[in-house]
Amino acid sequence: MTNERRRATAWVHRLCLLAVAWLAAMLAPVAFAQEAPDALVKRVSQEALAIIKTDPKVQAGDQARIRELIESKLTPHFDIDRMTALAAGRAYRTATPEQKQRLGEEFKTLLIRTYSTALNQYRDQTIDYKPLRADPGATDVTVRTEVVRPGQTPVEIDYSMTKTPSGWKAYDVIVGGVSLVTNYRDEFTQQVQAGGVDGLIRSLAAKNGGGAAK
Amino acid sequence: MRMIRSVFAPLAAVMLVAGCAAAPSRDDPFEPMNRASYRVHEVVDGHFIKPMVQAYVDYTPRLVQQGIHNFFGNIDDFFSFINAALQNKPDKAGHDLGRVITNTGFGLLGLIDVASEAGVPKGNEDFGQTFGVWGIPQGPYLFIPVFGPTTVRDGTGWIVRGYASPIGYIEDIPTRNVLWALNVIDLRASALQAESMVNQAALDPYTFIRRAYLQRRRYLVYDGQPPPAKDDDE
Repeated sequence: MTNERRRATAWVHRLCLLAVAWLAAMLAPVAFAQEAPDALVKRVSQEALAIIKTDPKVQAGDQARIRELIESKLTPHFDIDRMTALAAGRAYRTATPEQKQRLGEEFKTLLIRTYSTALNQYRDQTIDYKPLRADPGATDVTVRTEVVRPGQTPVEIDYSMTKTPSGWKAYDVIVGGVSLVTNYRDEFTQQVQAGGVDGLIRSLAAKNGGGAAK
Repeated sequence: MRMIRSVFAPLAAVMLVAGCAAAPSRDDPFEPMNRASYRVHEVVDGHFIKPMVQAYVDYTPRLVQQGIHNFFGNIDDFFSFINAALQNKPDKAGHDLGRVITNTGFGLLGLIDVASEAGVPKGNEDFGQTFGVWGIPQGPYLFIPVFGPTTVRDGTGWIVRGYASPIGYIEDIPTRNVLWALNVIDLRASALQAESMVNQAALDPYTFIRRAYLQRRRYLVYDGQPPPAKDDDE
């Protein structure tokens, strides 16, 4: 009898735990998704800037550390697949799933390397965040920021963002009117025409593997 | 002035002929010629101009560099004023004129950017943008050695600017030439960072620079609010 009761209690206990875990699992992405896109850009960029300004390795220009930082802090907030699709244009639709995946990986690496070069150059920057002009129900917004550097003309940096089940994600970064993603379209088209999607992947891999960036 | 004229006149002729002959369907109908120019540019720039500019950046005191940058920035502000006025943008024109008066009068002929300290925003209008606002198409893309990327429209704007620049009206020839040289060095120095980005990012720097230049100019013509591009196939 007592044994049976103990088992029942344990079962209820386990059920409760399960329910809590389930609730937490359900709520966590909701709470995350509810972070507004402009708040997300502000939080992530402020965190990144704080690390750039305080981390001695980053200050010394340690590329490995900078890339590790980007990989852990920034890339989760980018929709790499969509960026790759935008950059590759028509060719992306004809690519096999495996090609798409490799292309995405190489493109991500290239963007990370480019971004770390930029971060390394603009250390003494501060960021102004413009008010977000979008409907509350919008699923595609542009978050506008302005990077202010002492003694220089400010540079506008806009993030095109889309709402996904795992929160808002950026799919383009537009620096002073120049879209990082569409800027690759001519080059990608050129490479695809010359050597197909595999040719493009090879060129990207060669670019990425071409010695450590200084 | 005569020297400038002798350089620009044939260039202008080439540009105008090029503009007339162009098919409007593509941005870069003269790509083979432009790529050849780009290769020439890489050699000349890489061997002569860039090392000189790098030395200037490395060995000139920051304060002096900033002063030189501000001095030419003041001339830019003057032309930004003219162009804001030509584009019928009185607010921008007012800011630019205010900046020129403040910086020329209280900033040692523009060496100190007092107006920025006081929070007057710096404009960036130029003749190429004015032509764009007036509805003149950009014309073919051109890559000019040493000068860099441009279009027939923007290049024509720079020719107008070259003729009108106050530096050209300085009587003393050595002073004038030193100022032209400093102007070029200052311009090139401000492109060094962007260049290292391009080298990191680009598979083909020629194509990358072309796309970036054309995007940037379109953005400026529309004052940061360009309509969505037609060729965006996702």
